[in-house]
Amino acid sequence: MQKLVVIGAGMASGRVLENLFETDPQAYEVTLFNAEPRGNYNRIMLSPVLSGEKSFDEIVTHNEGWYAGYKVACRFGEKVVSIDRARKVVVGENGEAPYDKLIIATGSVPFIVPVEGRDLEGVITYRDLDDTNVMIEASATQGAKAVVIGGGLLGLEAAAGLRLRGMEVTVLHLSGHLMDRQLDEAAGYLLKRDLEKRGIAVMTKASTQKILGTERVEGVELADGTVLPADLVVMAVGIRPSAEIAKAAGLAVNRAIVVDAQLRTSDPDIYAVGECTEFNGMLFGLVAPLYDQAKVLAKVLMGEADSFAVKELSTKLKVTGCDLFSAGDFAAGEGREEIVLRDPSHGVYRRLVIENDRLVGAVMYGDTGDANWFFDLIRDGSSVAAMRDTLIFGQSYQGGSPLDPMAAVAALPDDAEICGCNGVCKSKITGTITAKGLTSLDEVRAHTKASSSCGTCTGLVEQLMALTLGASFNPQAVKPMCGCTDLGHADVRRLIVAKELKSIPEVMQELEWKTSCGCAKCRPALNYYLIADWPGEYRDDEQSRFINERVHANIQKDGTYSVVPRMWGGMTSASELRAIADVVDKFNIPSVKCTGGQRIDMLGVKKEDLPAVWADLNAAGMVSGAAYGKALRTVKTCVGTDWCRFGTQDSTGLGMRIEKFMWGSWTPAKVKMAVSGCPRNCAEATCKDVGVICTDAGYEIHFAGAAGLDIKGTEVLTQVRTEEEAIEMIVALVQLYREQGHYLERIYKWLRRVGMESIKAAVVEDAAKRRHYFDRFVKSQETAQRDPWADRATGGVASHEFKPMAEIGFKEAAE
Amino acid sequence: MSKAWHPIGQLTDIPKRGSRCVATPFGRIAVFRTAEDHVFATEDRCPHKGGPLSQGIVHDASVTCPLHNAVISLETGEMQGPDEGRVRTYAIRLDPLTGAIDLSLAEAAADMTQAAE
Repeated sequence: MQKLVVIGAGMASGRVLENLFETDPQAYEVTLFNAEPRGNYNRIMLSPVLSGEKSFDEIVTHNEGWYAGYKVACRFGEKVVSIDRARKVVVGENGEAPYDKLIIATGSVPFIVPVEGRDLEGVITYRDLDDTNVMIEASATQGAKAVVIGGGLLGLEAAAGLRLRGMEVTVLHLSGHLMDRQLDEAAGYLLKRDLEKRGIAVMTKASTQKILGTERVEGVELADGTVLPADLVVMAVGIRPSAEIAKAAGLAVNRAIVVDAQLRTSDPDIYAVGECTEFNGMLFGLVAPLYDQAKVLAKVLMGEADSFAVKELSTKLKVTGCDLFSAGDFAAGEGREEIVLRDPSHGVYRRLVIENDRLVGAVMYGDTGDANWFFDLIRDGSSVAAMRDTLIFGQSYQGGSPLDPMAAVAALPDDAEICGCNGVCKSKITGTITAKGLTSLDEVRAHTKASSSCGTCTGLVEQLMALTLGASFNPQAVKPMCGCTDLGHADVRRLIVAKELKSIPEVMQELEWKTSCGCAKCRPALNYYLIADWPGEYRDDEQSRFINERVHANIQKDGTYSVVPRMWGGMTSASELRAIADVVDKFNIPSVKCTGGQRIDMLGVKKEDLPAVWADLNAAGMVSGAAYGKALRTVKTCVGTDWCRFGTQDSTGLGMRIEKFMWGSWTPAKVKMAVSGCPRNCAEATCKDVGVICTDAGYEIHFAGAAGLDIKGTEVLTQVRTEEEAIEMIVALVQLYREQGHYLERIYKWLRRVGMESIKAAVVEDAAKRRHYFDRFVKSQETAQRDPWADRATGGVASHEFKPMAEIGFKEAAE
Repeated sequence: MSKAWHPIGQLTDIPKRGSRCVATPFGRIAVFRTAEDHVFATEDRCPHKGGPLSQGIVHDASVTCPLHNAVISLETGEMQGPDEGRVRTYAIRLDPLTGAIDLSLAEAAADMTQAAE
């Protein structure tokens, strides 16, 4: 087997290996060096990681399993010292690696503005995960200020992400308008205005003089003398190809490593790919041409013929809510005509540049719906003379009646490019769907790479799937919360935290709800998420609660209610029972019944009577049993060492302690618990959401059982020795569930979704994390532990709930 | 029978996106207030299984029944979606200056008269 050594695990080399292994996994024995201590990830998606819209795990393209599967020898975190071309070995810090073929994919390094103070702590570039993490850390300090130097793609994505994380952000840009290489002045202005609306300050024609500070950065001084205070400075002014190793090895290097159309360097056994290459005098920074290079190189390595050629490029900015697009050459000039459309009130701007009846450039801002169509026209180079009059309005205005989006996709030619990042055309997607029998978006991503990089073409890919598969295609791999939004519960929860959304109207506005005030599905869910995520800060919205949680009793088929007082751990007393009996008599309550959770249920209480019933129960020392809530319900216990001859621990006492600690907390769905004093398990703890089985050795913590629609035994979370440890473990587990669970998702379904490993990693294996979740639960209990019955019976809360607004008598009605 | 208006209270007696009920000789009537401060009145009985609509969640100009989640338009009284059925709606008026709400029972009374004839 031939030996292939790759220096650099970036997006380009990752793609080469993918293509290579796809053709023949046996062709090469691969060694992969990477200076970063990790493998391939989707670097262009760091911005959503920074803003909190994605997690790092979601952007990893190749994990350990992938490398192991193809037997790639990974040397991550090891720098390459030199290349010995005579002996055909790569010299790493930890030893040599011989090669038959070598790929240099060293990428680029960020350009550091050569000003005083550039070495201060807190001055960083925006290039890899470590930079991203530094930014996330810096944003954790309340009121921290960031200055971003550079108003290009990368700088603006960094600025938007930092702003979303709560920092005060100023962008400094040397030229007269933002993104001057991709946008014209008008679009640059609209972009500036939109960013300013988000609270990002933008200074153009701003030249950085020096960075101030003694050890840490304290500020930035501009050439005009302005001083901006700063806790973090991000330099994003451009990149420089990283070609030192190639140069030292004596390969031909101009501004970058010179390659031919087969990506070969001046040494026929050494190839280069990615941002470190120079082809026909051109350098590369966007991902699309690099993927083209990767495809060609993989073929060349397999001995097939192919050549790399440079195509037109287009640009999109990955800042949620700022839609802009530019492609081709949009400079004004002799022989060029422009068509411009402006709609200032909607922030829409379009400019097309036409030369010899051909579209050569396009800049769009605000509404980029026709971007792909214009981009196709630019690359086709076909005449637009026939549709010149209506060209600017886009595709739907060509040929009479407006097309629906599906028809527009259907009308695209087979070679129309759908995914710009990966250069995937329409026929490749539809062909692969049919040939491989693909049915989900993830499968299409896996097989065609379409929509797998920046994701802006996801909508188009889904439409193609719908077109190809017909009715059998379910476009929402993610099930939306309800008809009011396309977002799933997971996205909504993450965005509430990332964007610090703190009220239902704010969530609906920012996440673009389709209805003005939601529905009975999403409002209770949002209300719960806000309560769980902003304890003490968010004010419970009673009108977004299901009636049971609004009136703290369970509605029955005839509109009456049932009332269940709390009995801690299922223990009661003569005086409590006497008070209950008195209430039943006094209010003529038709039924009294024992529940499955060891409580007493009074059924058939009239709504008007509820406050008086509660007042009497309160007077006897009882509080709401929350039998109506998506909340901690009951902790069922057996009598344990108090009475039982088999009891090993004080199960009743532990159950009461847990219930007294956790009552009042709201959860994604109901939480039922139990504590059994021995493995005979009389409290039936092994079918509860959380259960404890006591043994002589301590406490076995179980969770994720079910005994309703589904029947499922619990899983064992862990075993602990003391009651204190048991309580800390259970509380941390429930808090994790409170923060991750989807509304109405019981614990066993949550486990199925997130997996045992992640739960154990958070609450069992890491004591600091466990403590952190425990503390968060305690904090939220500060405001949650109020008896809602007392508030309403004697505290005057929500008195409008319990009596009619008016009564119209017979006499008045007859008038 | 002429349309007699019965004063039933103030707009502020009803929570925004909420409802109250009014007891009448013709049964309970649910009175709703939307997020935009429009008021509606319907019979307090879901056409599906008689659930008290006044206990439901109010969204836009609709209410979701607390018993089995039927969604009912407050403007027409029609059940939304695939379900069929309607609740009786009552005329209701809001004085924009004083916030006073009046309810008319004419729709119910007319039925009674018909039945009596």
